[in-house]
Amino acid sequence: MIEIESVRKSFGKLEVLKGIDLAVDKGEVISIIGASGSGKSTMLYCINALEPVDSGRIVVDGVDVHARDTDVNKLRRNIGMVFQQWNSFPHLTTLENVALAPRIVLGKSREESREIARKQLEHVGLADKFDVYPSRMSGGQQQRLAIARALAMEPSYMLFDEVTSALDPELVGEVLDTLRLLSEEGMTMLVVTHEIGFARDVSDRVAYFHEGVIEELGPPAQVIENSTSEQTRKFLANVR
Amino acid sequence: MEVAVLAMLVGVVLGLALAMVRMSGLKSITWFAVGWIELARNTPALLQLFFFGFGLGAFGVHLSPFLIVLCGLSFNNAGYLAETFRGGFNAIPPTQIKAARSLGMTPTQAYTRIVIPQVMRVVYHPMTNQMVWSVLMSSLAMLVGYRELAGETQFLASKTYRIFEFFLVTAVIYYFMVKLILVGSRLLSWRLFRY
Amino acid sequence: MDSVSVFTDFQFSDLGFLAEAAGRTLLISVLAISIGTVLGCIFGWVLSATRLAGEATLGVILDVFRSVPLIIQLILFYNFFPIIGFNVSPFAAGTIVLIFYTSALVAAVARGGIDAVSANLRRASRSLGMTYWQDLRYIVWPIGLRAVLPSWAGVALGVLKDSALVSVLGYVELLRASQILITRTQEPFLILTVVGAFYFALSFPISRITARLERRWQYD
Repeated sequence: MIEIESVRKSFGKLEVLKGIDLAVDKGEVISIIGASGSGKSTMLYCINALEPVDSGRIVVDGVDVHARDTDVNKLRRNIGMVFQQWNSFPHLTTLENVALAPRIVLGKSREESREIARKQLEHVGLADKFDVYPSRMSGGQQQRLAIARALAMEPSYMLFDEVTSALDPELVGEVLDTLRLLSEEGMTMLVVTHEIGFARDVSDRVAYFHEGVIEELGPPAQVIENSTSEQTRKFLANVR
Repeated sequence: MEVAVLAMLVGVVLGLALAMVRMSGLKSITWFAVGWIELARNTPALLQLFFFGFGLGAFGVHLSPFLIVLCGLSFNNAGYLAETFRGGFNAIPPTQIKAARSLGMTPTQAYTRIVIPQVMRVVYHPMTNQMVWSVLMSSLAMLVGYRELAGETQFLASKTYRIFEFFLVTAVIYYFMVKLILVGSRLLSWRLFRY
Repeated sequence: MDSVSVFTDFQFSDLGFLAEAAGRTLLISVLAISIGTVLGCIFGWVLSATRLAGEATLGVILDVFRSVPLIIQLILFYNFFPIIGFNVSPFAAGTIVLIFYTSALVAAVARGGIDAVSANLRRASRSLGMTYWQDLRYIVWPIGLRAVLPSWAGVALGVLKDSALVSVLGYVELLRASQILITRTQEPFLILTVVGAFYFALSFPISRITARLERRWQYD
């Protein structure tokens, strides 16, 4: 489980996270919605220590993420992250992209890593692209490659940072379908997204971020359909 | 030092001409430009100086040391600058010209107002580097008997046998001259390229 | 009365003389390029990793190597040692100066290569659990290398041509050999052409290949 306690973070003078409290149970899918700049992505980066926090704690499976003696690399093996810009490694084929980390980080043999890679690529629907270089694939395919790459590490948690925002509209669906599949398989997911429909249909809970705090947190039926908060309703009205 | 500046100026003019010949696509003259450019870029600068010195000497043409250095460095500069200019022109997407023409500009206007300013921006930094290069290369003049800074130093040093000290001073002078060029270039670029 | 000519024609054995000198040019160049590149990569990494602090210290030192004419560096280095009491050979002085000169140039190139790998890519690799060094080795190195190979080749070829300057210390590499022959045979044009052809034959193909590679990799 992920426990986020009173986390604050500033970039210089700008305070981006003003005291975030959130607990994520195993198997939960939590969608994080909110305007740009409200701190959503920063929150994700703090969870796997890509960004430090100024105060507060984040505890993942009992390990304090930002403690001095925490082995961050070990922590990150258990937390998969997919970015808005898929960041596929351009110098490797699709298969090599996915097989690399299991081999050099988990120490698996070359054959074993390739097997894992094949399995995950089939999982996301890229079985016919093993030997293709990422630059020759569409954004949607590269994003699914990024998902497979993160899954190959067999993490307990997956973080998604606006993974469809940089895609052409017709490619968004295939990626969301992959996310939906993962949620049905029981993966614990934190999904920062602008896709309200997805948030409503797939999440267990929705967190609405507004200016650095969680304005509202609850099941989709509450937050999206019947919000009592004026701020939330205003945001949703603008987005729809 | 004057040689370096002169060689740079001549080099720019010749380099531009070479670049245009190269880009013209006319087989009959491009070979000349390509030959010049590739020779200048693939052989040592000192060798090029020797060609203008000893090489021409074989044909009875004896240039003064100053001219040897000037011709040699200009030849070298022109070769490198031609490639720089060609790269600069290639960097401007053809859509820029299309856009300019579709606004009603004549070819000349399109080139002078739209293309050239953008090319300038691209080639400015390499040109600065070439200027620095020219200054550093001018020290080779001492090997063909032309007494500018390095040659003068050698002359003085050989008279007093204090080679190290004299050349150390010279090194410092060159260092600051290069710094001056770089700083001056940076300042000039701020004036020129306000966008 | 017949004058005795001290000039002799260009002979076949002279080609051997030139070839030997060419070998020395290659030797000094290869040494400088290989060691200088390794050092330069290390310096480049330091510069990239330490940002301003590195720029202000190592950066300034390396900058000196690029702001003083190579010929002056050679003369200074060679004449420094007699002052403190011992002599170095022209070969040693020339090679050492060229090594540091190369490393300064390669450092700039390497730094550019490392910086060319987007921070986002490196974030992705770190978020997969790779250590800093794994990221450098498996991600930054291959991608950065592709980005700067043409620049590095330019540096290497430049060093090859600059090796001619070691002749000023008396080291008989190719250009010095050509001067010797010219004095004896009075056939400067022929000899300079032969020597020029040697440099050209080495430099031209390599620069063409790297240009082609650069074009090919742009579509990666």
